[in-house]
Amino acid sequence: MGVAVRLCGISKRFGTFAANSNISLSVEKGSIHALVGENGAGKSTLTKIIYGMIQQSEGEVYIQEKPVHFSSPREAIDAGIGMVHQHFMLIPTLTAAENIILGDEHARLLQHLPMKHLKNLIRKHAREFGLAVDPDATVENLSVGEEQRVEILKLLFRKASIMIFDEPTAVLTPSETEHLFTTLRTLRDKGNTIILITHKLDEVLSVADTVSVMRKGKITGTMPAKSVTKPELARMMVGRSVLFKVTNPPPNPGETVLKVNNLGYCTRQGVEKLHNLSFKVRAGEIYGIAGVEGNGQSELLQALYGLAPAGTLLTGEAMLKGRSVLGKNPAEITLMGVSLTPENRLRHAVILDYTVSENLLFGRHREPAFHRGAGFDNRTLNRYCEQIIADYDIKCTSPSSQLLSSLSGGNQQKIVLARELNRPDISLLILAQPTRGVDIGAIETIHNKIIEARTKGVAILLISSELEEITALSTRIGTLYKGSIVHEFSQEEVTLKRNSEDEFQKEIGLHIT
Amino acid sequence: MNNPLTMNRKTAQFLIAILSILSALIVSTLIIFIAGRDPIMIFQKMFNATLGSSYGTGQVVFRMTTLVFAGLAVALPFQVKLFNIGAEGQLQMGAFAAAITGALLPASLPSLSAISICIFSAMGAGACWALLAALLKVRFGVNEVIATIMLNFIAQGITGYLLTYHFAIPSTVHTPPVIDAAIIPSFHSITGMFPKSPANLSTLLAPFVALLLWFMLYKSRFGYELRATGLQPEAARYGGINAGMHRLTAMSIGGAAAGLGAANILLGYKHYYEAGMSSGIGFTGIAVALLAGAHPLWIFFSALFFSILEYGGLTVNAYIPKDIFMMIEAITILLVISFNALGKRIHQ
Ligand SMILES: Nc1ncnc2c1ncn2[C@@H]1O[C@H](COP(=O)(O)OP(=O)(O)OP(=O)(O)O)[C@@H](O)[C@H]1O
Ligand SMILES: [Mg+2]
Repeated sequence: MGVAVRLCGISKRFGTFAANSNISLSVEKGSIHALVGENGAGKSTLTKIIYGMIQQSEGEVYIQEKPVHFSSPREAIDAGIGMVHQHFMLIPTLTAAENIILGDEHARLLQHLPMKHLKNLIRKHAREFGLAVDPDATVENLSVGEEQRVEILKLLFRKASIMIFDEPTAVLTPSETEHLFTTLRTLRDKGNTIILITHKLDEVLSVADTVSVMRKGKITGTMPAKSVTKPELARMMVGRSVLFKVTNPPPNPGETVLKVNNLGYCTRQGVEKLHNLSFKVRAGEIYGIAGVEGNGQSELLQALYGLAPAGTLLTGEAMLKGRSVLGKNPAEITLMGVSLTPENRLRHAVILDYTVSENLLFGRHREPAFHRGAGFDNRTLNRYCEQIIADYDIKCTSPSSQLLSSLSGGNQQKIVLARELNRPDISLLILAQPTRGVDIGAIETIHNKIIEARTKGVAILLISSELEEITALSTRIGTLYKGSIVHEFSQEEVTLKRNSEDEFQKEIGLHIT
Repeated sequence: MNNPLTMNRKTAQFLIAILSILSALIVSTLIIFIAGRDPIMIFQKMFNATLGSSYGTGQVVFRMTTLVFAGLAVALPFQVKLFNIGAEGQLQMGAFAAAITGALLPASLPSLSAISICIFSAMGAGACWALLAALLKVRFGVNEVIATIMLNFIAQGITGYLLTYHFAIPSTVHTPPVIDAAIIPSFHSITGMFPKSPANLSTLLAPFVALLLWFMLYKSRFGYELRATGLQPEAARYGGINAGMHRLTAMSIGGAAAGLGAANILLGYKHYYEAGMSSGIGFTGIAVALLAGAHPLWIFFSALFFSILEYGGLTVNAYIPKDIFMMIEAITILLVISFNALGKRIHQ
């Protein structure tokens, strides 16, 4: 078949830190090539070099066996390379079709846009590759899966034949993931080349032809995906064997901490997002909420943490140890002993232009332990940062001067998790998608810390679209569908059914769709 | 030093500043040349008349002081992503308030209290005027650029009306002078420096205030919250930060800084209020703040640059028409703003 992308001796240094060192790799034409590795291993950096977003310090890139030197993604696009970023780069107020042609209009300034032709093209691609999207839909009204399809259509429209996906499944539901994989396979069968970064090893084994493992900026191995097992891959990634199952000792729940009763959420426009939603979380238990995204998870979080936009109508009650949290603001709710890890962490839980230490402080900066005079106590702060960085194995060079935006995606996520799990004196921990974007080693750490917090008597509300995570951690499980908890699995049921996980997940699946 | 990204950003900012100054100089040179004058001669004359003489230096110091305050008036709101175009109006209100207070105070008041009262009234008036724009923004979502521009007109109207119909000394266009005790002494009267120039002791307030604001922004918990509000307002909300409150305070502090600028002119130099005394300083303040990247300490350097340009322009009046120099100054401001915007775009 020939080689689509060849890398020879690629190195990339940021200052003195080598994010990639001496990488050589060949990606076969018409194959799906997976790239796996720990958070901070250098995967995104490598693909950004191929896409011309950053330039290598050393080495050569060959596309279709021709040496190239891209100084911007524009040139890479012209050479037939496309990239779907983890954070989509669409314009929310434009329609899908408008987004697809954006920047590549094929029309002079005042000429009429060839919209009709374009829409036909979109429909044709949609049929061919299973990329169903309504060309006239406004992007802000699309689901995450659909937005991703728009991104892929954008690549097809630009005639990309080499497509790079950086953690495309992190935000997808299981069925959307399956859908994406069908598309990827079709694309490959038509001769396209796909580079896929992911932390989900099952996905690698199911969809990839070849897999390369990266570790500390180097490629430590490349092999056919068929020839390797999940534990082997995991060991190659983190350099030790990983337990995929967290040990979940029997819980010992205490009194009720959070009691949500008949909660209703009605937007300013009059759309009912939650109704008659009821559940309880007791001290020392993990209450898992399973559900497909968009069934009220975000609204529930907003209601519980005082973030509902002005004009929202909240009904029913949400009591924390007998005091209502509705109508309070986040600072007051934090003071009541609640910690929240929101799902969109880069947008809501960190300040990208603040340093790593400043971010480890964010939202906790009101804790007196960190205060000194009108400012912060640097000594305490440094000690705290060092400990967190070691505990969670956060890859960063210098916490007090490195900006958060220069950390790898997964390490940015870990900062938030570590900060919130470390909060002292909390009675309720709300975790939304806690392990999104982090590597298997970090998942293990985070899961253990969650269990540890539970054992200490913290009440934990876990919202996750990963059923595996829900079944492995939860004490009790509620299934969220169209704004209410439609079914609840008791502690006994969960303990019992955990042993036959696949069936349990299927059963949960029935309640959430 | 360890982190290339922060270093890059800082160097980039610095380079942008240098580049915009250089290009401004080149453009000025060209314009002077086209106007049929010898640029070298003009620059030499400008230098001699400013930093080259002690009177000139005094003038520069005086103007720089006002510009530092005007720059801070723009820089603080800038940290919460509010664009304060209203330093001009805030300065006017501050000056007027100080003039009226200063004139009405009993003549027997000791100097220190008289000066403090007048300064506080200038700061208060400036702060209130700025707060008005911020309230409109926070409560009703009114764009602060439009609000502050309109408030500039209103300030002009109010001060003009009050001056003409209520406070002006009959058959003049200015208020009665402030009491002697409210006058901030000139450097000349105390130390003999900068003879006859308007430079006065309020200059000493400038580094003090700038340092205070620097500490507040970069070292205090308050500033930590304030900057976070500016950088990622949504995250700030999640972090339990009251963004509205920070917008209001940042704007008020800015307005108070403009009031200090007014005090420098009014209490230190003019001693009475007259129409048109702010003469666009509030707008130059925008350029001062942008050139300094809204950093309270760098503002000194950019204020120095603009004050030399401004006073230097006046001194070469005989050789080159005033209009040409007004043009040069405006082009410089425009260049500074454009380079800044460009730098932002490149960095994204
Ligand atoms: N602009 C930058 N400045 C400094 N260091 C950087 C910069 N960009 C990346 N790095 C560092 O390079 C390393 C590799 O980052 P990269 O984003 O490639 O990791 P990754 O393999 O994609 O990890 P993840 O799975 O967490 O997304 C990280 O340690 C990161 O801190
Ligand atoms: Mg990455």
